[in-house]
Amino acid sequence: MADQRPDPDALLEKVQRAEAIRRRGRLKIFFGASAGVGKTFGMLLAARERRAEGLDVVAGYVETHKRAETEQLLEGLELLPLRAVNYQNTTLREFDLDAALKRRPALILVDELAHSNAPGSRHAKRWQDVEELLDAGIDVYTAVNVQHIESLNDIISQITGIPVWETVPDAVIESANEIELIDLPPDELLQRLKEGKVYLPQQAERAAKNFFRKGNLIALRELALRRTADRVDAQMRDYREDHAIQNVWQVKERLLVCIGPGGTAENLVRAAYRLAQLLKAEWIVVYVETAKLQRLSREQRDAILRTLKLAEELGAETATLSGYQLAEELIAYARTRNATRIVLGKPTRPEWKRWLFGSLVDTVIRQARDIDIHVVGKESDFLSQARENPYFSRSRLYLGLASEEQHTMFKWRAGYLWAVAATAISTGISWVIFDHFDLANLIMVYLLGVVVVAARYGRGPSVLSSFLGVVAFDFFFVPPRFSFAVSDSQYLVTFAVMLLVALVISSMTVSTRHQAKIAGHRERRIASLYALSRELAATRGEENILRIAVRHVAEVFEAQAVVLLPDATGRILYPKDEGEPQSCHGSDLSVAQWVYDHGQMAGQGTDTLPGGEMVYLPLPAPSGMIGVLALLPLNPARIALPEQQRLLDTSVSQIALALERVRLAAEAQRVQLKMETEQLRNTLLSAISHDLRTPLAAIVGASSSLLRDSDKLDAQARNELGQSIYEEAVRMAGLANNLLDMARLEAGAVVLNRQWQPLEEVVGGALAGMSSRMDNHPVSVRLPRDLPLVEIDSLMIERVFANLLENAVKYTPPGTAIEISAATDQDELVVTVSDHGPGIPAGEEERIFEKFHRVAREGSQGGAGLGLTICRAIVQAHGGRMWADSLPSGGAALHFALPLTEPPSIEHEEATHP
Amino acid sequence: MSNTATIIIIEDETQIRRFLRTALASEGYQVIEAETGKQGLTEAATRKPDLIILDLGLPDMDGVAVVRGVRAWSAVPVIILSARSQESDKISALDAGADDYLVKPFGVGELLARIRVALRHFSAVNVGEEGAFSVDRLQVDLVHRKVTVGGAEVHLTPIEYRLLTVLVKHAGKVLTHQLLLKEVWGPNYVERAHYLRIYMGTLRHKLEKDPARPRFLLTEVGVGYRLAVD
Repeated sequence: MADQRPDPDALLEKVQRAEAIRRRGRLKIFFGASAGVGKTFGMLLAARERRAEGLDVVAGYVETHKRAETEQLLEGLELLPLRAVNYQNTTLREFDLDAALKRRPALILVDELAHSNAPGSRHAKRWQDVEELLDAGIDVYTAVNVQHIESLNDIISQITGIPVWETVPDAVIESANEIELIDLPPDELLQRLKEGKVYLPQQAERAAKNFFRKGNLIALRELALRRTADRVDAQMRDYREDHAIQNVWQVKERLLVCIGPGGTAENLVRAAYRLAQLLKAEWIVVYVETAKLQRLSREQRDAILRTLKLAEELGAETATLSGYQLAEELIAYARTRNATRIVLGKPTRPEWKRWLFGSLVDTVIRQARDIDIHVVGKESDFLSQARENPYFSRSRLYLGLASEEQHTMFKWRAGYLWAVAATAISTGISWVIFDHFDLANLIMVYLLGVVVVAARYGRGPSVLSSFLGVVAFDFFFVPPRFSFAVSDSQYLVTFAVMLLVALVISSMTVSTRHQAKIAGHRERRIASLYALSRELAATRGEENILRIAVRHVAEVFEAQAVVLLPDATGRILYPKDEGEPQSCHGSDLSVAQWVYDHGQMAGQGTDTLPGGEMVYLPLPAPSGMIGVLALLPLNPARIALPEQQRLLDTSVSQIALALERVRLAAEAQRVQLKMETEQLRNTLLSAISHDLRTPLAAIVGASSSLLRDSDKLDAQARNELGQSIYEEAVRMAGLANNLLDMARLEAGAVVLNRQWQPLEEVVGGALAGMSSRMDNHPVSVRLPRDLPLVEIDSLMIERVFANLLENAVKYTPPGTAIEISAATDQDELVVTVSDHGPGIPAGEEERIFEKFHRVAREGSQGGAGLGLTICRAIVQAHGGRMWADSLPSGGAALHFALPLTEPPSIEHEEATHP
Repeated sequence: MSNTATIIIIEDETQIRRFLRTALASEGYQVIEAETGKQGLTEAATRKPDLIILDLGLPDMDGVAVVRGVRAWSAVPVIILSARSQESDKISALDAGADDYLVKPFGVGELLARIRVALRHFSAVNVGEEGAFSVDRLQVDLVHRKVTVGGAEVHLTPIEYRLLTVLVKHAGKVLTHQLLLKEVWGPNYVERAHYLRIYMGTLRHKLEKDPARPRFLLTEVGVGYRLAVD
């Protein structure tokens, strides 16, 4: 690599990091080797300086331990009141995060970064409070001791012999903008201790005395100094990278750490973390679940889960693999993830076993020639046993394989009974065929029994049936029969081989069965995801998606669920409708709000507000947070499993994407509608402006001419001008009427005044109204004498006729006839108005009913293209339909059908002469 | 025919009033203008007009109230001017006693024709001393209860005849459905407009040449009927 310039991707990453940092508050950590070195003192001094510079400084939480010199420094600083928390009848005073966020100082002091908050607080740990402050853009000064750093935790416990419970993830320390080491030589510290200047909690005094031994203090100081030096070194390297001093970019390292059920797993993870830090590598922690590991006790599996969780906290990616051969599975995974190094624990098997059966380390070393293998030594594991998380101890189901744990006593016993029965049946069959077959063949019958038992009832019963088989074979068939004695010593070898074969077969059958089970689980997971995505994809409407989401989550995760969405102002609300039966009612909106605002999980089993029963997951979509999924799991532990978590994450993101899709679609539709409305308005405006302006121009011109030149104009000219004014004005009146009708019909403001009447009368009314304009067009009306009454709004239907007649007059040459006819057709009255003009252009039969659509025409005849639209709207308001076609002879025919119902009865009188 | 009749125009729109005044004055009518309903009622009471032209959209009071006010003491013909959006007001005004209506915009020719009919109807010219009404080929002899079209006698049922006589008595005037139902069938039938329409249909088939385009029994769509007088 001759290129001396930094990798552009790396630079981009650097820039993005710088941006994120700029938005975040700055974190400064006052770092010390142990209590009593003066971290709080140093922090307060620095804070006073900042304040003297004019910065808005607030003391959020400062632990002075009543030391006079420290308390003196606190004077004059604004103190944020502490939050009182009642816990088991004692009142604890905690840092008030909400008050701090509300106060929003430029800089806040929050002492004791590793502190664990009282139960019921928003976050379990104070460092999480600090993170939130930083996210809010507030600068934070804090203090922490070296023994609280997560990755050094086990080393320090080993040195001092005192376990430390309160830890801070390394990522938090590393994200600090500044670390100031407060250093005090051990002798001076011991001197201060003697003078009583170091605070020691009463209950831990003896342990603390042990702690403050010179040897311990030297070791701690060294660790603190080294840690700080590491950081300086890292900064230096960063600087060099930034300034392209040397091309140090190499292929990115990726570590794959394989943990097992042993107590060393935690050490392995910590060691791997330190290695990953050193190499600046990504790291993946995997647990390969083989048939053997499936049979682990609940406690051991708890330990594995805890270790995976620890790895995640330290920044690793975790995965659970399942396979038959541990080494093969591991190497295959390493290859797919391009791991450059594999980290393994030192083998714990006795040497002879290792020699006989091999070990994971040996196999991996042999098979993965191109991958570096790191083997980490075993360390004291008293810590891993001491750490007891109440949450995990409650867990019942592991790694999605619930059924194994749900073995009832009955089924367990049944397995062994069947083992006995299988042996008895094998013996029976052997008894029958004993006379005809060789003794060796009987062994096969027993082996068959073992296979059946292994396949159905697992390891224990199959081992039992292996032994029973050998015993039964010996007793019943090997001479001398019906005695355990053996005549020929070569049978002893037969027994050994038979037992071995039976055991191997049973072991393999059990493995196969287990593989099938795991595959089944996998398949179910994938199937459920597939089903979800398919269902979501096929769904429209937010409500339906919510319903599917809730149902899916309820089924797959055995939980009640609810999707909480924000209103327009971003405030999370309860859903309005009832929802599915699996819907969850009564979630904590304030937690949901926090999750929505911060885009992080909260609730049961998480770091934030772990007190409640429910789990809250954010629903993130590309355009931003969509809402919150709240779960009330029947079995909280199950949700916490890494595999389940991943499934849940995937489900959640699918739901979020589906919701976003629906929203975008709705948005697009809204935009489309708006555009169409806009388009319509433009068409309307242009139509009206044309149709109003033309007659107006004529009227203004003609009337002004009449006014100005009335003397010069002869009677005929005056007449013509008057005529044109009149005609144009009538046209405008017609347009105004149509627009008014249209507006009323569209607004739904038209209430039909329906009355029973003969069609004839309405036709007559329309013809009478149009008479002045029908002079050039003979109209023939053909209405059957026996037409039934129709229930119509006569004014409205008259408008239909008027518009149709007007169109006919407009589009046909003078002198051509117009026909009006009607006929009953089943339960409809079909009315037709036809002409003998040019007809409707082919393909336009439907479009002519569109608003503002006008058939191409000569001259300036016509209105705004509203007539037929109005007609159809009126007919449809009557429950009828309207359509158009062309006559074979070429003219246009417009039809409308009105529904016929039984007219009211009428008392007839006798037709007598008065 | 000389037009010496006095006409009161109750209309708030200056432009409409101006055009009405010009048109009517040029025909020889004496025109009195009123801008508001109150002013109109005062003028009507003091000037003894022969006809009132009343706009329904007055700023100070309901046009229907003006009609009632006039009808309280006078049978003077009232012609209503209405806009298309005042359909129901128009019918109320006709029910209240107005004689005719015109929908804006209207032509002067039409207005003058209506005025002529109204003035004539008031003097009941069509019904002669013998109690006979005639227009074109239609003749109704109220005394002998005989109806002929072009000289040929037409046989009517009692109800048809009663309907025709009501129309004849108010010839030229717009009669609302409600009024006709009440007069012909009685007050219990005012909601059964289909009775009226069916009988009007049969009457037309007996009297008219082309019932779809009636010559005598004119339809005022959505309002009622009118018997043509010329």
